[in-house]
Amino acid sequence: MNIDKPQIGVLAVQGAFIEHERILQALGADVFEIRQLRDLDRTIDGLVLPGGESTVQGKLLRDLGLFEPLRAKIQAGLPVLATCAGAILLAEKIAGERDAHFATLPAIIRRNAYGRQLGSFFTENEVAHIGKVPQTFIRAPFFESVSDDVEILSRTASTNGNSDSANTKQIVAVKYRNQIALSFHPELNSDTSIHRYFLDLVAA
Amino acid sequence: MADQNRYELNKNLAQMLKGGVIMDVTTPEQAKIAEAAGAAAVMALERIPADIRAAGGVSRMSDPKMIKGIQDAVSIPVMAKCRIGHFAEAQILQAIEIDYIDESEVLSPADDVFHINKRDFEVPFVCGAKDLGEALRRIEEGASMIRTKGEPGTGDIVQAVRHMRLMNQEIARISSLREDELFNRAKELQVSYDLVRYVHDHKKLPVVNFAAGGVATPADAALMMQLGAEGVFVGSGIFKSGNPAKRAAAIVQAVTNYTDAKLIAKLSEDLGEAMVGINEQEIALLMAERGK
Repeated sequence: MNIDKPQIGVLAVQGAFIEHERILQALGADVFEIRQLRDLDRTIDGLVLPGGESTVQGKLLRDLGLFEPLRAKIQAGLPVLATCAGAILLAEKIAGERDAHFATLPAIIRRNAYGRQLGSFFTENEVAHIGKVPQTFIRAPFFESVSDDVEILSRTASTNGNSDSANTKQIVAVKYRNQIALSFHPELNSDTSIHRYFLDLVAA
Repeated sequence: MADQNRYELNKNLAQMLKGGVIMDVTTPEQAKIAEAAGAAAVMALERIPADIRAAGGVSRMSDPKMIKGIQDAVSIPVMAKCRIGHFAEAQILQAIEIDYIDESEVLSPADDVFHINKRDFEVPFVCGAKDLGEALRRIEEGASMIRTKGEPGTGDIVQAVRHMRLMNQEIARISSLREDELFNRAKELQVSYDLVRYVHDHKKLPVVNFAAGGVATPADAALMMQLGAEGVFVGSGIFKSGNPAKRAAAIVQAVTNYTDAKLIAKLSEDLGEAMVGINEQEIALLMAERGK
């Protein structure tokens, strides 16, 4: 089925999903929104878990019956690009919280790790395999630790004096098998290199 | 003076709230109920609009201690209201690291001419608007998110509908103007040419636009989303109703699947008493007329 365009499903229960859709469409992907179970009745070559509020998305995934089917697809190897709240959905453990969501990524993530909105920041930094990219952090999480078989793609220090994490490099981008998880929001800038990297993974 | 970077980050936070429901709460317990029901953010205030309306008198920024209690209770963004033009209240809210300030007509205005110069602040502001001119003037002053004013505390959706439709009509009209007509439109709206130009080129506001003021049911939320709102504020509609947790969760789902009438029908079953509504002809105080 992949002879034409890759079929990318974007989780659209809450958050900044339209921004991902625009970039992926511009890069030639066929994009569809996942808002309820019947949206999964079609071919899917890749999945995007967008930014937003992870508590809201996690609840809606369960209420709408999307949680188990999507988890099974991720575990079966469906390529995933997860940003911010999406990365929280993937992590096996959320620091300080009892429950996780998909828990398919062996890593510990901390929510709101840079503090409240005053701790949000923008910077540019290297991402492995890709190069220098703009990185926008909005009430962002970072990875406190990852298991040995998780590849660390980027470490970044906050450039914001309001954040406790200023000048300490934190893990903000990782790859584990079929899953790419980012603390920051590539969909908020015009740079499309991360989405191109994801589509390469989908095509592989 | 906040830099352009900070303004972008503040608009970005509003983008993350899209497709979500922001709920008014007055206690940490209510905040937890709202978060568990799927609120994308909470608005911390001492009295919800329906009670402000009932009590009368001057209504002000909430006690910072009460706001901090709500910040400690939840992990989602916390917003709080200051009076229109009351930049000292806004400074206090910034000092306690609020995630978003609502310069709100729900509280008694502190200045009947000037709004806050929101460009002076690091924290983001959301402001109410009932037409495009108001929305663009607030954006010019530094607001990074807009909501309809609606008519808070009434449970009556008519004004939010009117404001959203009017804004959309005005945006459509601007995008159909010739380029040489935009200068005069900027003059009429009392905003910069650059903002009018943005609306002309993009057919939308340069910031996220939510519905607010009168949303009481899942159907109200779906109506506003279908009219083009990017998310919904629910004030009195939740904690003035019979079963707040259930109603809140139903409104959250209705905002996600706002075109699925079968699902919304199911969500609308057995929600208990909706808040007691007041029709617009029955109210003495039109909050939407505050701050133009």
